[in-house]
Amino acid sequence: MEDRKDPIQDLLDGPVAVINIGLAQFARTLEGQGVAAVQVDWCPPAGGDRRMIDLLDKLGA
Amino acid sequence: MTKGDVAAAVEAANARAVERMLAADPVLVDVAVAGDAIAGLGDRTILHAGPPIEWPDMCGPLKGAVAGAIVLEGWAADLDEAAELAAAGGVAFHPNHHFDAVGPMTGTITRSMPVMVVENRSFGNRAYCTLNEGLGKVMRFGGNDAEVLARLRWLAETFGPAFGAALREAGGTPLKAMIARGLSMGDEMHQRNVGCTSLLLRAIAPVLARAVDDRERLAGLFEFIGGNDQFFLNVAMAMGKAIMDPVRGIEGSSVVTAMSRNGTTFGIRVSGLGDRWFTAPVEMPRGLYFPGFSEDDANPDIGDSTIVETIGLGGFAMAASPAVAGFVGAGTAAEALNYTRAMEEITVARNPEWTIPALDFAGVPTGIDIRKVVASGRTPTINTGIAHREAGIGQVGAGIVRAPMACFERALEAFAAAMGVA
Repeated sequence: MEDRKDPIQDLLDGPVAVINIGLAQFARTLEGQGVAAVQVDWCPPAGGDRRMIDLLDKLGA
Repeated sequence: MTKGDVAAAVEAANARAVERMLAADPVLVDVAVAGDAIAGLGDRTILHAGPPIEWPDMCGPLKGAVAGAIVLEGWAADLDEAAELAAAGGVAFHPNHHFDAVGPMTGTITRSMPVMVVENRSFGNRAYCTLNEGLGKVMRFGGNDAEVLARLRWLAETFGPAFGAALREAGGTPLKAMIARGLSMGDEMHQRNVGCTSLLLRAIAPVLARAVDDRERLAGLFEFIGGNDQFFLNVAMAMGKAIMDPVRGIEGSSVVTAMSRNGTTFGIRVSGLGDRWFTAPVEMPRGLYFPGFSEDDANPDIGDSTIVETIGLGGFAMAASPAVAGFVGAGTAAEALNYTRAMEEITVARNPEWTIPALDFAGVPTGIDIRKVVASGRTPTINTGIAHREAGIGQVGAGIVRAPMACFERALEAFAAAMGVA
């Protein structure tokens, strides 16, 4: 049987660069430990408001 | 209609809306007496900034400006009597926007005040805005003492007639190219107007010099324009109103035609929804304060000057104006670029004639789409002056404020109903 390395372990063996989507605190914590991190300026469509998402969908936005 | 049909109809209507914005040809043609120029502006009527509001709900600066305007017009002998008259329903209040007009901060206009007249020669409509009074104690910030009223009388009796005569003699001053040059000189036309004020003075000075015999009087006119970096703001505002009015009433368009605040509520109008206001409580600007003042002294957001952002300038053109980014507390010049880029996410197009050097001459973001605002969660960025919350003190700082999301959500509900998909 072929001996395959765990891809996650493989990833962590080298320098890590992180793209973070969501809570910015995750990126800041990594930066505090010297890990390169880029925070993506993103939020859920219409802030997650289902009524607005439904209207936007009907209006083709 | 299918979902695809609705989307296509809105896209087509919005394209028409932006087409009209870009086709505008605004020209500063005159300074006239408000009561003569503005149809329907009668006796004992006060126009104000923002959506409709009555005396009990008005903030301190607006009440101060109203009382001052009443004394200026001679409808009351003093400020106390003026406040009593206003509280008793002795004057009628209407938004400037209902009379083809706009005004900065409190925005008060009464019949004897001089107003600048901008004509949109592509569509034949005219829009009006008061003359900028300068800094310090002024009516737009709620000032109403003898010094404020004396300056307003000088504007009505001396400055306005001379400036109006010069504009008529010159056949008007085209504004579109002037704005383009102003953007390349670091103006964003809301909190920085030093470039365009200088360009306007340069254009009108020879005509003024020929029209005014008295050298001292002429020097006074030049001093007034040259001593006020924000002189052009009111020109830009009348221009914004003249550009946006022909965009009203395009069926199926979700483009914003007006954003405005009265110090208590913020209102927007949307092309496809006629002249209805969609309102929410105003927000407090975040910014930098003059020495001796803090956020505790600040009045919430106020003024019709957001018409400048509605046409893609002001906070939308922050990238053109590193000096403003520092002045309003927006951060570094590099960060200023992000403000403009963010506004591209909520607009329909870029204006190819008003470009920003620091963005490789990309056009300013143009045509705010309420659908994009709600979907992105990004509300329009507005550069603004900050008034003291008490009448008569004046400007205490400058900053950035956001249009409240609730205005756009309410408009989106109404727009979906109008499109038959609610």
